[in-house]
Amino acid sequence: MEIFWYIIIAVVLIAFFILDGYDFGAGIIHLFFAKKEEDKEVITKSAGLFWDSNEVWLVAAGGMLFMAFPTFYASVFSGFYLPLIIVLWLIVFRAIGLEFRGQFNYQMWKDIWDKSFGISSLLLALFFGIALGNIARGVNLGGVENGTSTYEAHFFFLPLWNSSFSPLAENPGVIDWFTIIIGLIAVITLAIHGANWIILKTNASIIEQLKSIIFKLNTTLLILTIFSLIVWEIVNPNALDNFVKKPYLIVFPILYLTGITGLFFVKKFKKETTSFLFSSLVIFGGISSSLASMFPAILPSSNNINPSLTIYNTTTNAYGLSVASYWGIVGLILIVFYGIIQKRLRKGKIDQMDYGH
Amino acid sequence: MLFYDRLQFAFTITFHYIFPQLTMGLSLIIVYFKWQFLRSKIEKYNHAAKFFMKIFAINFTMGVVTGIPMEFQFGTNWAKFSELTGSIIGQTLAMEGMFSFFLESSFLALFIFGEKLMGQKLHFLTGFLVFLGSWASGYFILATNAWMQHPVGYEILDNGKFVLENFSELFKNPWLIPAFLHNQVASLVTSSFVVASIGAFYILRKKNLEYGQLFLKTGVVFGVVSSILIVFPTGDWNAKNVAKYQPAAFAAMEGIFETETTGSEIVLVGQPNMVEKKLDNKIAVPNVLSFLTYQDWNKQILGMDKFKKEELPTNIPALYYAYHIMVGLGTVFIGIMSLAAFFLWRKKLYRLKPLLWTIMFLVPFPYIANITGWYVAELGRQPYLVYKLLKTTEGVSPTVSSGNTLFTLLGFVALYMLLGLLFLVLVGKTIHQGPKHKTH
Repeated sequence: MEIFWYIIIAVVLIAFFILDGYDFGAGIIHLFFAKKEEDKEVITKSAGLFWDSNEVWLVAAGGMLFMAFPTFYASVFSGFYLPLIIVLWLIVFRAIGLEFRGQFNYQMWKDIWDKSFGISSLLLALFFGIALGNIARGVNLGGVENGTSTYEAHFFFLPLWNSSFSPLAENPGVIDWFTIIIGLIAVITLAIHGANWIILKTNASIIEQLKSIIFKLNTTLLILTIFSLIVWEIVNPNALDNFVKKPYLIVFPILYLTGITGLFFVKKFKKETTSFLFSSLVIFGGISSSLASMFPAILPSSNNINPSLTIYNTTTNAYGLSVASYWGIVGLILIVFYGIIQKRLRKGKIDQMDYGH
Repeated sequence: MLFYDRLQFAFTITFHYIFPQLTMGLSLIIVYFKWQFLRSKIEKYNHAAKFFMKIFAINFTMGVVTGIPMEFQFGTNWAKFSELTGSIIGQTLAMEGMFSFFLESSFLALFIFGEKLMGQKLHFLTGFLVFLGSWASGYFILATNAWMQHPVGYEILDNGKFVLENFSELFKNPWLIPAFLHNQVASLVTSSFVVASIGAFYILRKKNLEYGQLFLKTGVVFGVVSSILIVFPTGDWNAKNVAKYQPAAFAAMEGIFETETTGSEIVLVGQPNMVEKKLDNKIAVPNVLSFLTYQDWNKQILGMDKFKKEELPTNIPALYYAYHIMVGLGTVFIGIMSLAAFFLWRKKLYRLKPLLWTIMFLVPFPYIANITGWYVAELGRQPYLVYKLLKTTEGVSPTVSSGNTLFTLLGFVALYMLLGLLFLVLVGKTIHQGPKHKTH
């Protein structure tokens, strides 16, 4: 039952990053590459029409995590207190940028909310990557100092950074050079994904330019990925053991690499969806590989005193999990069903859509 | 540590609840307008439905962006509480996300964008599903709160964790249905006042007169019904529940310091004096409280003197005031709305300027009544998070220092001030443009 909920939550979380990921990415592209007002407008619309129905996946993932792995929820949310609250603020900023931009028709107003949308999208992508980096690196569970725990074994607190910015310190902060690398990987991945979304959903004048940008970003992504794997081994020596012990898990990294490989052919694809599917594959492969590398742990401990948090030591009673699986399956079917209706209703390019009001 | 955590939760939830209390009630009024249009084919009803859906959408966006922090604050600020009770409240909160939030957000988008595509009957259906989603949302949140007020269906393990033992008990909780109905009717009061107030504004400004009259009429009719339902039966039912399950909170909110030998008086006015343990400047009517609570003029009601200090709510004056403000405002609402309904029936309302001005300016007060109502529930439950079982002091995050909490609290205050300002500008703009305005 723990594994069942683990997979469900992982799928919902990945769905969130694929769905909301494209509007984060659209924000990043918007910030750096959209120069003309028509492009800016259509890009904000391509995100603005969808962000709220995408963000409900985050709410669903949060709720299910709370129910199925309450100890993990409590530990991680209080341990990453500051970055999490900052992420919440950024989510608010981004949303108001998207919603309020079109409300008044003068340039200064639009510029303010464009920047708010772009910068918060960029920072959110960075923070999500940094979060993944923290989980990959592991944290000092129990707040161990000189061999004794400061808190209960499953609690911790991370400052935003410490003076060394080193992941190898006894008490690394949220932001260190390793997590920054993972953060950059996330930014680039979502930028590619967002660019694909813009190509798919709009007739913006920068589409051809975006294809070359995707190619360049993808090259950077490949280099950074290889580099991050090497440093990951240094930061967390057991990082890749799972793939040796359970070779079938290799399928996830292979999916990731397939995605990257596919993206190199971005200019050759006949259908715009193909490229979008490849960047979705990168997101799926990236997150699932990270999760698979530590399974059944979900938050590795960086000290030898307190054990890692796993799906088994953070879960609740079997009755709660099994009763939730009934409504959980019904709920998921409904969610997918709503999603399909929505996407079908707003299929095609945004520029040609009749907003009907 | 505890103080800033409580302040942050109180601030963020108070601000958040400005929005859902309107959307829940308003969705019902929108469904009513849309249904009137389907029935009569008169265009103005359709414009009215779409106009209020615009207002709904602004409120919904605000509700979403201020609601996501609520879910996450359980983990960030109340980690111990989340760890100990996640098995139970995680169920209802996750169901809220999956069954109501998704429903509401998906069909709101369809309602706004899909009228031409779907035809009128399907458009009505999407409006109805938005209503259903928003009420289901209220239901699951109230189920969560009901469990904290009156825990059921749980088992406590040796390590102090609450685990779910019986799922259906969560929904058969005797606290749930009265609280849910009271809350939903209260949100209908807010929405009726908003609709009536916009109507009064249009009439007084001599603009959009046709809509002004429609809104005022609809707001007054919904308003008079909901203002009465809020007192009886739902308010009455809730008060009896508090008297039964949380007698200490009941004594505190009614301001009964000393147990009387026979029936208890009902306090109308007075200020709690916590030093001398009495009410200053008290005006009270003898025996009425006993009658209202137990239908027996002479039934004894326990005062605060009969409870140990640690059983009593921690902030008695705040609880007392919150309760009396709610009840006082509720009484005013019945008065004004009945008066308006009477003149509506006599066909004089649209010309009665003093009453129109009153209705227009009354609009903040149902918000205050709704929020103080929630304060009654939450302050009454103190010093516990889970009544009698888990203290508020035991629920906070063990690793988050008060300096960090103050930092995030200040950030939320600043951000929400900005949000509030934008919200007012947007709603003002929508009202100014009026129901016949076509484009975005």
